[in-house]
Amino acid sequence: MAKESNMERDKVRAEFVAMIQPFVRNLNPDQIQDDTLLVDDLNVNSARLVDIMLEMEDRFAIRIDDEEAGALTTVGGAVDLIVAKKRRAA
Amino acid sequence: MRRVVITGLGVVAPNGTGVPAFRRALREGRSGIRFHQKLQDLKLTCQVAGFPSVDEALLQSRFNEEQRRNINGVMTYGGLAAIECWLDAGLSLHDDQPDWNAGAVFGTGIGAADTIGDKLAPMTRDGQSRRMGSAVPEQAMCSNVSALLGGIFGLGNRVSTNSSACATGTEAIVESCRHIRAGMADRMIAGSSECDSPYVGAGFDAMRVTARKGNECPERASRPMSASASGFVPGAGAGALLLESLDSALARHARIYAEISGAAVNCGGQRGGGTITASNPEGVRRCIRAAVAESGLAADPVGELGYINGHLTATGGDPKEVENLLAALRLPPEKLPWINSTKSMIGHTLGAAGAIECVATVLQLHEGFIHPSLNCEDTHPQIQRIARSIPHELVEAPHLRAALKTSFGFGDVNACIVFSKWTEA
Repeated sequence: MAKESNMERDKVRAEFVAMIQPFVRNLNPDQIQDDTLLVDDLNVNSARLVDIMLEMEDRFAIRIDDEEAGALTTVGGAVDLIVAKKRRAA
Repeated sequence: MRRVVITGLGVVAPNGTGVPAFRRALREGRSGIRFHQKLQDLKLTCQVAGFPSVDEALLQSRFNEEQRRNINGVMTYGGLAAIECWLDAGLSLHDDQPDWNAGAVFGTGIGAADTIGDKLAPMTRDGQSRRMGSAVPEQAMCSNVSALLGGIFGLGNRVSTNSSACATGTEAIVESCRHIRAGMADRMIAGSSECDSPYVGAGFDAMRVTARKGNECPERASRPMSASASGFVPGAGAGALLLESLDSALARHARIYAEISGAAVNCGGQRGGGTITASNPEGVRRCIRAAVAESGLAADPVGELGYINGHLTATGGDPKEVENLLAALRLPPEKLPWINSTKSMIGHTLGAAGAIECVATVLQLHEGFIHPSLNCEDTHPQIQRIARSIPHELVEAPHLRAALKTSFGFGDVNACIVFSKWTEA
């Protein structure tokens, strides 16, 4: 069960990292870790976090409320939010 | 007062994207007016337009992915023209620090009509504003293009947007020129842009000032100075000029296309026959005279001022413009310099017109030719007296010394520039 869960998270993570590439300005995708900061480390324009959120909604068929958008600080936070939302919807 | 010269050009025009293609089109008298099915579907009376052609490869080479996702029509055209202009001037795109001595005045007439019409208004009306995305404010703000340019070039001086209807582009150049003359900056990107949304032309279509008879033969539809002119053909695009102090240009051994020897803007005050949509003739004449007087060519313009790029839109304003030119320059009709209308090939690109047509004027002056003015073989009866000054075919003019560009706009506003050939002596 835990192994399946990890595999699902890894898949979401890979998809998320690929999805944010157009917004990333200064880091090789291979160097992205869970604690990598979207704005400070990846130099994503903070205004574009809204667009990342909308793309997450479309790609993963979830809805992210404004109060949940705070999770969009680190790569890991965003991935965990997606995984949690998908599980709740399943 | 510091002298100001032009060291870079960029253009996105209906008959040519990029200066080399535009130059060829001007010389060959090639029209960029085409029929557009979308305009017919929208039941507009004028279904032809001058919309530029921009291919994906050019966009990819000029803008990064984030920029491509977030720019609308007016920003795309303005950005392309300005980047070409900046590179043409031999300047770098990759400086890490702002250039505190470089700025921009880049205008638009209608601006973000596509963003507002296709996205902002319908999504707001449908209760979908939550899903609009982050880019709408930067696209919809009037300063969308100048803001884009500030980031691309790292401009650290004045970065602003002007708007004066169809005089916008010429006014942007005048404002930039004065900023440099005053010692406030060394380099300014001056220009203007207009998008190709049908929302831009629709209001003019409703006003019955767009061409009513040209749908069957698009290339013949834009007919400035013609007896059979039936209104203007809407167009879109952008023009950009790199203005630079002469000292700065010489110090970095830049190529100099021309010098701005005279520049003027004014308003007719909507008096003396002027209204929000028509010019006060006295205002027009004063503006022309002021630009020519500043150039030092006022005493005897014939022979020195060899060419006029008119505003000339193919409306009832054309005969009045010619009359005002003759009065302002105090010339008998037979002595009027060469005069043509770039709009005969590209239509009326509204806020972009002044900048695109200034690029055309500078190219003709620099390279010594006068482009043909299309579709006016049946010269308007009130213009007939200057018919010999209108070129219907390419004229080689290697000895051209100076050229006048005139632009007039709704609001009774006027902008005129005299460009002179720059020589080292």
